[in-house]
Amino acid sequence: MENHYAIETNELSIHYGNFTAVKDVSMKVERQKITAIIGPSGCGKSTLLRAFNRMNDFVPGCHASGELLLQGQNLYGKEIDPVEVRRKIGMVFQKPNPFPKSIYENIAWGARINGFKGKMDELVEQSLRSAALWDEVKDKLQESAYALSGGQQQRLCIARTIAIQPEIILMDEPASALDPISTLRIEELMQELKKNYTIIIVTHNMQQAARASDYTAMMMIDERRAGGVIEFDGTTRIFTNPKDKRTEDYVTGRFG
Amino acid sequence: MKEETLKLKAVEAKSFRQFDLKKKFRISESVIQALLFLAGILSVFTTIAIVYELGKEALLFFTNPDVTLFKFLGTTKWQPGIGQYGIWALVSATLLTSVIAMLISIPLGLASAIYLSEYASYRMRSILKPILEILAGIPTVVYGYFALLFVTPILKTFFGDYIQVYNMLSAGLVMGIMILPLISSMSEDALSAVPRALREGAYAMGATKLETSIQIVLPAALSGIGAAVIIGVSRAVGETMIVAVASGSGPNFSFNPLEAAETMTGHIARISGGDLSYNSIDYTSLFAIALMLFLVTLVLNLISQWVVNRFREQYE
Ligand SMILES: Nc1ncnc2c1ncn2[C@@H]1O[C@H](COP(=O)(O)OP(=O)(O)O)[C@@H](O)[C@H]1O
Ligand SMILES: [Mg+2]
Repeated sequence: MENHYAIETNELSIHYGNFTAVKDVSMKVERQKITAIIGPSGCGKSTLLRAFNRMNDFVPGCHASGELLLQGQNLYGKEIDPVEVRRKIGMVFQKPNPFPKSIYENIAWGARINGFKGKMDELVEQSLRSAALWDEVKDKLQESAYALSGGQQQRLCIARTIAIQPEIILMDEPASALDPISTLRIEELMQELKKNYTIIIVTHNMQQAARASDYTAMMMIDERRAGGVIEFDGTTRIFTNPKDKRTEDYVTGRFG
Repeated sequence: MKEETLKLKAVEAKSFRQFDLKKKFRISESVIQALLFLAGILSVFTTIAIVYELGKEALLFFTNPDVTLFKFLGTTKWQPGIGQYGIWALVSATLLTSVIAMLISIPLGLASAIYLSEYASYRMRSILKPILEILAGIPTVVYGYFALLFVTPILKTFFGDYIQVYNMLSAGLVMGIMILPLISSMSEDALSAVPRALREGAYAMGATKLETSIQIVLPAALSGIGAAVIIGVSRAVGETMIVAVASGSGPNFSFNPLEAAETMTGHIARISGGDLSYNSIDYTSLFAIALMLFLVTLVLNLISQWVVNRFREQYE
């Protein structure tokens, strides 16, 4: 029986020490769709996203409760290896963070540590093509990744994530440090990528969420400053006919 | 509407004011700049003065009819008393003890730096760092006797009669321990300065902690680590007290670490400790040795620099 959800959460809460940053999130993220997480800053979008691939493990004092299910396995279960989780759930960060290596090596490194045994040249080309970067870099593969523009660096980061063939790609405001043209290119790229991957993207850009995503989760903090998903629905519905008054205020720009 | 007209008025009013854009004399800026320049020039001047003094006296040595450059660089016995001036007898001991020291201090220093910066909990770090700093604060003469009275007897249980009471191995090992905290703390600074975003990028690719530390963080920190190694090498080459106490006091061209041999620094310390007359060949020879020491340090620095530039990975 194939599950058409890529990942599910069940009353997932995330705490920084005693402070609960994200509370009781239950959502089912559909496969090969783009799910956007929106909400005012500080409402726990990044915290929730980083919980999906256990990046929060690196924050001292941060812990999760509830369930996060991938193929029926709780990713916060005791027997789960977070390294394996991250091999299945890749991540693209807000600020492009290529490795201080050559463009080629940026792609090859991740594949190699993930045990890739095939033809590396082909994988590099294929990944760069999928990230719509190949034509711009094919003649300078051995140059430092830092010689690229910010938008190119971000696409390189997407390419290196594709190279490890994850199931899900998480993106935390991947275009917020980029100019409008680069932003559009990333959005186009996401439409291509969703044919093969499930994408969850955090964005504070309303138009971007409306344009690029299939589903939208609206987050908001409660009176104790704990963030929660107050509404989760198809993107069109969220932007045209939301159920929650707070969502309507937020997406129409009347918030705060 | 009304608000807008008001705004326009404010803009108009502003444009009438005259700006003074002429250069102004800022006394504190000039004073500070002069002081900083002086501080900079002082170190340059000191270096030049040292080289000049060394060169001047060394020239006296080389112009001595008894000495030739060939003898100096082409032979391996050093005994000015009977006309033997082969500097390699001293250089070999300096190189060998330094190599042993670096073989100890680079891997251990790097390992402890990686542990401290990537693995240790906050608590562990706050315990270990002060201990390393204490190690760095021990006077070198103490290290010297530690080598002679503690390490050498231990080595003796391994090597028996093959090892001499004074030997380069013991001195080199202890010198390595002395340099370890320096390499460790400078390398740890370099590792800690690598942006978190790089580590997160690696972890997000499914890298383990070891893969991240060794393959991403370490290469990114290499220029800082290289600086640590360069300073470490300079310390090893220039270290005097440990070798003077533990490695013996007689020039010996040998690359057998179990033998006694005198380094350039050890020799200078011993000879200048006795009473020397100004114009003797012994006296001027010290400056020739010092010049050689200077050159060896310089060459080793250049090599380290080259290695670092070759392998480092620069992040912005
Ligand atoms: N490393 C951290 N330690 C403690 N609190 C944190 C940390 N990171 C984020 N927080 C807190 O968690 C809440 C949610 O932050 P975040 O997930 O970054 O929000 P968003 O991405 O929606 O702007 C905020 O109140 C923030 O102060
Ligand atoms: Mg955020």
